[in-house]
Amino acid sequence: MNNKGIKATYFDFSNLDAEKFKTATQETLMMTIVSMVFVIVLGLLLGLILYSLAKSNKKSSSFFYSVVSILSNIFRSIPFIILILLLIPFTKALLGTFLGAKAAIPALVISATPFYARLVEIAFREVDEGVLEAADGMGASKLEIVWKILLAESRPALISGITVTTITMIGFTAMAGAVGGGGLGQLAYYQGYMQGDLTTTLFATILILVIVFIIQWIGDLLVTRVDKR
Amino acid sequence: MSLISLKKVTKRFEVKNDTILAVDQVDFTVEEGEIFGIVGYSGAGKSTLLRLLNGLEETTEGRLTVNQQEIAHLKAKELRQFRKDIGMIFQHFNLLWSRTVLENIMLPLELAKVPADKRCERAEELLHLVGLDGRGSAYPGQLSGGQKQRVGIARALANHPKILLCDEATSALDPQTTDEVLQLLKQINQDLGVTIVLITHEMHVIRKICHKVAVMEEGKIVEQGNVMEVFSHPKEEVTKRFVQQETFPEVVEENTLDYFSKNYTQGKIAQLTFRGEKSKHPILSQVIKEFDVDISVIQGQIQEINHSSFGTLIVELTGEEEEIRAALNKFILEGVGVEVVGDE
Ligand SMILES: Nc1ncnc2c1ncn2[C@@H]1O[C@H](COP(=O)(O)OP(=O)(O)OP(=O)(O)O)[C@@H](O)[C@H]1O
Ligand SMILES: [Mg+2]
Repeated sequence: MNNKGIKATYFDFSNLDAEKFKTATQETLMMTIVSMVFVIVLGLLLGLILYSLAKSNKKSSSFFYSVVSILSNIFRSIPFIILILLLIPFTKALLGTFLGAKAAIPALVISATPFYARLVEIAFREVDEGVLEAADGMGASKLEIVWKILLAESRPALISGITVTTITMIGFTAMAGAVGGGGLGQLAYYQGYMQGDLTTTLFATILILVIVFIIQWIGDLLVTRVDKR
Repeated sequence: MSLISLKKVTKRFEVKNDTILAVDQVDFTVEEGEIFGIVGYSGAGKSTLLRLLNGLEETTEGRLTVNQQEIAHLKAKELRQFRKDIGMIFQHFNLLWSRTVLENIMLPLELAKVPADKRCERAEELLHLVGLDGRGSAYPGQLSGGQKQRVGIARALANHPKILLCDEATSALDPQTTDEVLQLLKQINQDLGVTIVLITHEMHVIRKICHKVAVMEEGKIVEQGNVMEVFSHPKEEVTKRFVQQETFPEVVEENTLDYFSKNYTQGKIAQLTFRGEKSKHPILSQVIKEFDVDISVIQGQIQEINHSSFGTLIVELTGEEEEIRAALNKFILEGVGVEVVGDE
């Protein structure tokens, strides 16, 4: 292929379909947002469990900590593309299908939750021991400590954790797209790669980058807003 | 009945295959309205002892009653309720950076389920009490150490506690700020009748505000009593060391000064005593620059603590009679003690 050929493959606008891009973008955003809602809730819970088990000085705690920790490490370590294949029967049982944007959500949640949970655990550990002692001394209950101290004092780290996880998640949605999960990934793969329309792939890439940058920008903005240290 | 009473209280920590005896058979009582100081070196078990008083640590052995309640008998919920009547302040303040000053002070009120409008009112009142009017919307990160400790004090007093526990509350502050915070604690004790138990490694703190003192070493209370008594007749070795830390050591004997004046005949010999009050800048070099004198140090011992110098220097000043006099005057003006050898 000569230079002109390369130029033509990347910049052949004739096949660009605005409607398709719109749906694909919506699908990507939908997958990301819905999955992130689950990931944040479950990740906070799992992170809190890990944090509490690590802190407790009961003998059984360290055993349970290892179990939970190993399990979450396993799910975090399985390459996403393989996890999604492994989960096909599960997804089918749960949603009736393993195709489409909705079907990608279980896999996205399962792989991102342990990741966020680990960030949550680290965020909680960084909360000043002295502040926790002070709250204890004031007669705060465990729930009050979680609610009023841990969550409040680790806010910047929790938010930047959400930013990082969301960006990773966008990458995952693209992979999910390649196995029929919908969204910009699917558009880039099927339209672009399978049908030789690299212009579409290029545009899908640019859109993904724009989404990632916007998320990063919002995340950084929020962190500076809440960080009063 | 005493407000706080400890009988043979012992606290052991079990770590791995080891047992640490942090508090060893401690006996003492604190009466209502007292300021009770516990002094000891690092690792003596002071913090542990203080944390026993509000049940942050459980006693291993012995009887500990506070406010007529035996802490060991309290259930988890009762213990939390009990803690609401005891305020605590810390060396590193332990404020929540994510909350404003006012919100920090309101935290214990929220925990005690005080209605929102009352919380705000009470917090403003406390802010005024500790002299921080108008700083309510600042974040702790924007305050100086002394101001942070004032917020800590306000927060500790929020629920009208009978007892205030202070864990090295002034150890992170400079001497000037330390005195201000101590003054505030004294005022709280006098005006509000709050009983204060404080721990420190500085005898200065004890002398400034405490009525009673207990000296702690390796988990034991080795000496206790009225501050004046313990100060004037220290019995134990540790106590003597603490008392010495307060009164400045006269490192130089009279006859050694005479010896110096015979052997250094060129100039005037003077003993300079630095007490840390004003000497925040390098006075020695300042005097040399300002006056036409030479100063050489013959002997001395100077300590730098929080940018202030403590200790004694024997110096020889050489130069014109008048310049030397002016230089010595300058030292006096700066708060340095001056004693000239041979001047009667
Ligand atoms: N939670 C704990 N587990 C095990 N050992 C502990 C614990 N807390 C304190 N200790 C030990 O108890 C002893 C007394 O500690 P403590 O903190 O009470 O001393 P301190 O007098 O307050 O010292 P400092 O002036 O350094 O604060 C130390 O040997 C310490 O290592
Ligand atoms: Mg301590």
